[in-house]
Amino acid sequence: MIEINKLHKSYNMGSSSLHVLKGIDFNVEDGELVAIMGSSGSGKSTLLNILGMLDNADDGTYDLDKIRIENLDEKTAAEYRNKFLGFVFQSFNLITYKNALENVALPLYYQGIPRKERQKTALSFLEKVGLKDWATHLPSELSGGQKQRVAIARALASNPKVLLADEPTGALDSTTSIEVMALIQKINNEGKTILVVTHEHDIAKMCKRIVHLKDGVIVEDKKIKQNILKNV
Amino acid sequence: MFNIERWKEIFQSIKKNKLRTVLSGTTVSLGILIFIVLFGLGEGLKNSYSDLFLRQANNVVFLYPGKTTKPFGGFKTNRRIEFDNSDISDIKNNFSDRVELINPTIRYGDVIKYKLESYDFSIQAVSPSNQYIEGNVLMKGRYINQKDIDTKSKVVVIGRLVARDIFKTEDPIGKFINIGSRTYKVVGVFQDLDGDNQESYLYLPYTTRQQILMGSDKVGNIAITFNDKLGGSGAIKLENEIKTFLKKKKSIDPTDPSAIRTRNVADELDRSMQFAGALQVIVAFVGIGTLIAGIIGISNIMVFIVKERTKELGVRKALGAKPSEIIKMILTESIFITSLSGFVGMFVGIIFLNTIDKGLQEYFITRPEVGLGTALFATLVLIIFGVIAGYIPAKRAAEIKPIVALNDE
Repeated sequence: MIEINKLHKSYNMGSSSLHVLKGIDFNVEDGELVAIMGSSGSGKSTLLNILGMLDNADDGTYDLDKIRIENLDEKTAAEYRNKFLGFVFQSFNLITYKNALENVALPLYYQGIPRKERQKTALSFLEKVGLKDWATHLPSELSGGQKQRVAIARALASNPKVLLADEPTGALDSTTSIEVMALIQKINNEGKTILVVTHEHDIAKMCKRIVHLKDGVIVEDKKIKQNILKNV
Repeated sequence: MFNIERWKEIFQSIKKNKLRTVLSGTTVSLGILIFIVLFGLGEGLKNSYSDLFLRQANNVVFLYPGKTTKPFGGFKTNRRIEFDNSDISDIKNNFSDRVELINPTIRYGDVIKYKLESYDFSIQAVSPSNQYIEGNVLMKGRYINQKDIDTKSKVVVIGRLVARDIFKTEDPIGKFINIGSRTYKVVGVFQDLDGDNQESYLYLPYTTRQQILMGSDKVGNIAITFNDKLGGSGAIKLENEIKTFLKKKKSIDPTDPSAIRTRNVADELDRSMQFAGALQVIVAFVGIGTLIAGIIGISNIMVFIVKERTKELGVRKALGAKPSEIIKMILTESIFITSLSGFVGMFVGIIFLNTIDKGLQEYFITRPEVGLGTALFATLVLIIFGVIAGYIPAKRAAEIKPIVALNDE
């Protein structure tokens, strides 16, 4: 599903430049649940941003579902993001003045799907994350776990090929973290490819494979025995 | 522009961010409102000036006799100059190409009596051309005519207020009143748009007055009207030529400033209109300043709005919003708010001007108004600049990398 070859990325910090990714080679198969681990500054978020087409690589190749991702203008990048990718952020990034249903329906709006159909689809995804009854609530009226579930529903709404989660449990307590990870496992079990960036070992162990980043290179890449959570 | 889905997005954004909307809307409304009100007041000021001069003839030069301040031609200084009938015929004969009417006037005071009651009003002995020069409008009867002048008849025309005071509800025409020891027949009543003061006059033939003064041929002031085609500079030239002519005739030093004084209404009108015009330019300048302040206000608010929404825009981009979508969204919202509040400001301004219309006469403002064209133009200018003001930050927001926008706190 994802093929990455010799990926490089540096940031200009005034006069000096910071080499964040130093030649990453990395493949993800269909239906995998991969944890990308590393301490802060290891380059894991940068990698995820490049995978998410939110940022460009300096060097190397990136293929997503056999499509070469390079030299994208903003318009094409937006189209690809909408079609191929679903994002889950640490801070949820829900639009504060839209209710849960409208937030989930937003990616569908950018696909040009009519309002009625959008709402129907959005509602079915809210139901999937167990928040059908909260459809008309604003983000401010939801708990952290609920917000993240809305965000996951929104990421799934456009039926993307890959779900990218950047520290999805970073802002949650351990009980809600487990709930959210259980939801991620469930979605993965239905066949969705998911990448989770995390620095918590517990969370990483709930995935099927752990990729360990240190100082911009992959130091360890292993399949693990998944800690399967009971669905709540 | 006519994408219903986008409008729904925009209305939601407007509805959910009331403070922001009200803030930017008020800036625009106020800008237009103040511009229109100021412009209207400036227009009102100009109207007042032109009305002031339109109510009386403005192709008039007044000649006033005074005292000499310089010795000349064997005469001592401080000699009193007087006009007489020969001056009238001389002006008539020498300047017939340009002078149209000549109105000699003799102002004097005397007791006015009717049925045992005494009254005090201004009395002037004049010629028929006085009606045109003063802008008197006849209400009843007739004005003094040439036959009155020729026959030195004892007739009088009276102002509206004189008629009201003396005759109450009686019809004054044909009644007799006493001025001094003589009896005059009232032949006409006039009104004057210049107000109460002008309507407190009694006018009688100047020749009648001269006869009473033992056949004197003296007159007080002389007013002449000139051909309208002369224009401002031609009028001043004529004024100076007559002055020079009379000074020569009466042996006055040509450089004596006060022996004969003149007042040229056309010249005064020109200067007053220039003054009013200058005032309006100043007022328009202030108005345009307000417009610019309004434009800067919208620009600021647009920058602020985009800044505030940076993260939201980042989220939208991550979810697949194209840069053009972002620009269109912000721009349509900006155009919508500016247009709506612009027109609100425009209509409030026009309604305000119409409401205060009558109340400002005492501040020398008449019919304050703004042409619909000017109002629409100002509103459109503000909207167009509102669009530009919105476009620049919108474009910048659309160009921000989503990752940067997402990290914005």
